[in-house]
Amino acid sequence: MIAFIGSLICLAGSVFLLLGALGLLRMPDVYNRMQAGTKATTLGSLLTLLGIGIAQPAWLLKLLILVIFILLTNPISSNVLVRAAHFKGVKLTEKTVRDNLKDDQEKGGDGD
Amino acid sequence: MQRIKSFVLGMLVLFALWVAIAGTDRDELVAGFLIALLISWIFRRNFELLGELRLNPQALLRIPVYLALFLRELVKSSLDVARRVLSPSLPINPGIVKVRTKLQSKLGRIILANSITLTPGTMTVETRGEYLYIHWIDTQCEDVEAATRSIVHCFEQHLEVIFG
Repeated sequence: MIAFIGSLICLAGSVFLLLGALGLLRMPDVYNRMQAGTKATTLGSLLTLLGIGIAQPAWLLKLLILVIFILLTNPISSNVLVRAAHFKGVKLTEKTVRDNLKDDQEKGGDGD
Repeated sequence: MQRIKSFVLGMLVLFALWVAIAGTDRDELVAGFLIALLISWIFRRNFELLGELRLNPQALLRIPVYLALFLRELVKSSLDVARRVLSPSLPINPGIVKVRTKLQSKLGRIILANSITLTPGTMTVETRGEYLYIHWIDTQCEDVEAATRSIVHCFEQHLEVIFG
């Protein structure tokens, strides 16, 4: 029974990972792709790890450490990628309504 | 004082990690203590950030509240992304907006930026001093104050108590 519940949670996690992948395909530009990628994969991996932890309670503590590392590093890596893309001048999609960062860069050179 | 506090905190975190992975065997505890001591001494400069964590009861009580809020927002944000990705018309209205934070501590700002990245429809692109530039998948307002209220405020009120 416990293994069954664990597998169900793993399945839910995989669904989120799948949706993240779908987001990468459907979104129009780098920034929106990163949004879909970061959020869906974070929850997806958390749920998958939680599911494994419920099926194998002995591993729970170590899986918890993995969860903490994922929560700390995932947003940082996406931030660095997006920041690099913006500084390199990757275009935002035509749907974009505004880009305050670009405005400020043009106004004040390097900012600050 | 601040340095001692960040040193001890960093060491405790490392030691807790060691115990969680290696178990509570006596030899393991001794080795873990020595290694935690050595690493937090080598990286004492980098650990100074940890000294900004406030240790009064009020702040410590806010940490679980903040974690609960954060997890709720994380689930909401994944469902939000799922909804946008699955709907045939791809309802997005992206833009990069600027918001301002009241937080003074570096650690508080880092946690705030990371939390924003993992919450519905927003992602931190760049931080400059007290200003954060946020990519918003569904831009509702372009004004600094209004955007600050709707993106930053719910986290900031807790982080302000925890980090200052």
